[in-house]
Amino acid sequence: MKKHLNTLFVTTQGAYLAKEGETVAVRVEKKVRLRLPVHTLNGVVCFGNVGCSPFLLGFCAERDVTISFLTEHGRFLARVQGPVSGNVLLRREQYRRADDPTFSALMARAFINGKVANCRYLLNRTLRDHADKIDTNAMNKAVNHLTGLLKSLGRDLPLDKVRGTEGDAAHIYFSAFDHLIIHHKEDFFFRQRSRRPPLDLVNCLLSFLYTLVMHDVRSALECTGLDPAVGFLHRDRPGRSGLALDMMEEFRPMADRIALSLINRGQLQAKDFVVSASGGVRMKDKARKTLLTTYQERKQDVLQHPFLEEKMPLGLFFHTQALLLARFLRGDLDGYPPVIWH
Amino acid sequence: MYSEDDLLMLSALQHLLFCPRQCALIHLEQAWTENRFTAEGRVLHERVHSAASDSRSTVRVEYDMPIRSLRLGLSGRADIVEMHPQEDGFWQPFPVEYKRGRPKKDDTDQVQLCAQALCLEEMLDCTIPEGALYYGQKKRRTAVQINDRLRKVTEETTARLHELLSGTTTPPPQYNRRCESCSFIDTCLPKAAVGKKGQVRNYLTRMTES
Repeated sequence: MKKHLNTLFVTTQGAYLAKEGETVAVRVEKKVRLRLPVHTLNGVVCFGNVGCSPFLLGFCAERDVTISFLTEHGRFLARVQGPVSGNVLLRREQYRRADDPTFSALMARAFINGKVANCRYLLNRTLRDHADKIDTNAMNKAVNHLTGLLKSLGRDLPLDKVRGTEGDAAHIYFSAFDHLIIHHKEDFFFRQRSRRPPLDLVNCLLSFLYTLVMHDVRSALECTGLDPAVGFLHRDRPGRSGLALDMMEEFRPMADRIALSLINRGQLQAKDFVVSASGGVRMKDKARKTLLTTYQERKQDVLQHPFLEEKMPLGLFFHTQALLLARFLRGDLDGYPPVIWH
Repeated sequence: MYSEDDLLMLSALQHLLFCPRQCALIHLEQAWTENRFTAEGRVLHERVHSAASDSRSTVRVEYDMPIRSLRLGLSGRADIVEMHPQEDGFWQPFPVEYKRGRPKKDDTDQVQLCAQALCLEEMLDCTIPEGALYYGQKKRRTAVQINDRLRKVTEETTARLHELLSGTTTPPPQYNRRCESCSFIDTCLPKAAVGKKGQVRNYLTRMTES
């Protein structure tokens, strides 16, 4: 497993990253603004007009540090990575199992189990902490409904039934989501999920956070030697990271919680966003920085891993889950244990 | 006789002797993690390997020599092979293997040295009665007799290695004291991944029921 290392996010437009000895030097207008030793990094994420020297690209590839390029608004463009890590036996096993509908359904159930349990946990937390400020009836109803769906996921279900259950769960959860927004409700509200483009501030936050989680899950899978493109719940589609999307499910409520705390604590406001003529919403630079910092800080939090029962930084959970999945595929475990908050 | 395609890494012998699962993790699953011990070993070897061959007194010294044995199906590199001049005009090869730590109780290091000697014997058509291990912490050499017993152990270990790595199965972990010093503990997960029946199923039930 990897040590939990930092991700360097570069959002300053026009910045140039170069290799200086064993460090990454971030230059802005030819002045070095920051130097970081490469061995403390596990990823570099460049937003928009950020350049990288070929020597740094090569050095990072050699040291297993992934460099990703995203648009200024966080849409993934490309990444630079060293030779394919891990082993062909594992990937072949993954492909064989992904072709098996029974096994795929089993995996899909595990991922969705994690997601639904964590959604329910988030609702329960709000019920416990803010009972005076929310519609407890609606929330309790949603919680009970999710509990029922969790029960049905405990049984053997074919893949299409798992997908159906997931759809129901998402509907119930997102119907209750607006209740989780306690403060600043005049600007921050949630009606339904919209992505292309996000049509309100909350969806804008969620989409950006999901991109970050996606980036981390995908690199964790790659580092373990799994193919992020070949999923169980999400079937193959060119250009889509099926397995990364699968494994993201259990982590989505974690991202939701970050968005909610940014809103409820007033760390982000309506003026931090731009609404285009089409109604699509984008974050301004400051908001993006606040969000990235919060995400990074959250990943440093040390928590007990519920299955391994060991303490580790939240950021390491992605790697741990990828590893547990690999170990299950290689026959060491009797199933895949998603991260479930309790 | 093995073909060149089937040669295994000589260093895998050591991994096998330490732990068959570790050996499979490295060589089947291609996992590699570095810790302080492996990093120090790497630095020590980089230093050994960076020097070109030189001559001290009458002994000719070859550094980082590529070696193989088709009979054993092994290939690798020898840190140092000294060539000692003989009265009859021949050069007697004398392998020296560098180790970071101190001498171990088991004969892991001897087996690796012996495997190197067997490679050299095959390649140079000679007999090697003796080599040495150099331990970084002691900064001293220990002479090793390449005797019949050590040769037998080395050949048996090599056979086991081929058996393990020709399959695709990683042996299950067996948690013990040595696991705590193993750089693979976080990849191996010896405590979780013991295939306990129903471990994950029970976890899922526990976490979702309430």
